[in-house]
Amino acid sequence: MTQAALSKRDEANRKTTGSILLLACGALAREILDILKINEWSHIDLICLPAQLHNTPDAIPDAVREAVGKHRQDYETIHVVYADCGTGGILQRTCDELGVEMIEGPHCYAFFEGVTQFEDRDEFTAFYLTDFLARQFDAFVWKPLGLDKHPQLRDMYFGNYTKLVYLSQIDDPDLIEISRKNAQRLGLEFEHRKTGYGDLTPQIENWANSKI
Amino acid sequence: MSDEEDDIILSELDDEELVQQMMDDLYDGMSEEIEEGVNILLERGWTPYKILTEPLVGGMTIVGHDFRDGILFVPEVLLSATAMKAGMAILKPLLIETGAPRMGKMVIGTVKGDIHDIGKNLVAMMMEGAGFEVVDLGINNAVDSYLEAAAREDADIIGMSALLTTTMPYMKVVIDTLVEQGKRDDYVVMVGGAPLNEEFGTAIGADAYCRDAAVAVETAKEFMQRRHNQA
Repeated sequence: MTQAALSKRDEANRKTTGSILLLACGALAREILDILKINEWSHIDLICLPAQLHNTPDAIPDAVREAVGKHRQDYETIHVVYADCGTGGILQRTCDELGVEMIEGPHCYAFFEGVTQFEDRDEFTAFYLTDFLARQFDAFVWKPLGLDKHPQLRDMYFGNYTKLVYLSQIDDPDLIEISRKNAQRLGLEFEHRKTGYGDLTPQIENWANSKI
Repeated sequence: MSDEEDDIILSELDDEELVQQMMDDLYDGMSEEIEEGVNILLERGWTPYKILTEPLVGGMTIVGHDFRDGILFVPEVLLSATAMKAGMAILKPLLIETGAPRMGKMVIGTVKGDIHDIGKNLVAMMMEGAGFEVVDLGINNAVDSYLEAAAREDADIIGMSALLTTTMPYMKVVIDTLVEQGKRDDYVVMVGGAPLNEEFGTAIGADAYCRDAAVAVETAKEFMQRRHNQA
């Protein structure tokens, strides 16, 4: 991890005096911090779980359970900033048991685009990138799939996909270009959609206002 | 030690050493070495079925266990599967000629809206290796696709796979349709995929949830044995 990334994570995990805790996927740290800063929601703290859990969804519910248990006594309210994220409904059940809310939808791709719109598109042959995944493509996609060492496996993973869709949260021409090149590496068509923070902002606003 | 000294000449190994070496090569995903080993064993008079079950299925079973235990990861499993496929490509026509025990017949595919077929492909390959006839329906199968294929092929087993939380509920649509049409007892229904679990399999009315390819093979064998005993 780079020094900049470590600083970002430390910033994300810095506990202040908030009464609300957002327990989030590390892949959302930058976006959530930005939303909190823009809206001056200083009563909300953010603690992130490792973004690497994105690639091992079965480990997410236990990680959330442990983190909620660890921080519950320090906050009036804890909210979980994960969608289902491939847990097959187990994360929702875990959150129900713990009495904490989580985000609706199958993935962050869905709530960035807007869950309803995402589901209406029904693009089941699309492979999605967010800003985080665009920045971290090699670390979170290319290398974990072994494509750095075994590029011949590419079509076993991506042969049934038709396009890579980059859902961008911010305007960054470099990330668009990186994603375009990564679509080529995967042998996929490229499409870019600017989503902004989508459903994430109103969701956090809803949580923020509940404690003001 | 030089590379030359490291080289193992497969043809110089006795049968037991060669099988062990092939299992190691399969583990390491070495397709060419597997092809060479298969051809050597054929030349030595091994039956295609014996080659399939001992070095190939035997080796792939170890791969499956190490994947389950977190020692191997998906890329390594795919490389091993590619090597096994290379061996099976040689053996398949010979198995048809020489005959091999038939365990049963399975139609298998990923459910509607789901294109993720890595797990399904592994299950299909291991089922074939275990002596099942497998009709692979590919990806994105609607209920009619499963039911028509199962009837047409006179299948014993319907296998459904899903990777997405959003697509796994479709398995229940297929099972409910089987019930509505009075065909539920005609087939063993096995389901699998990363977001599934035992509880989900039970809730939708499947006969079995299989967490990996090895479990799928063992489960299918058990069901076929039960059917055989009931017949």
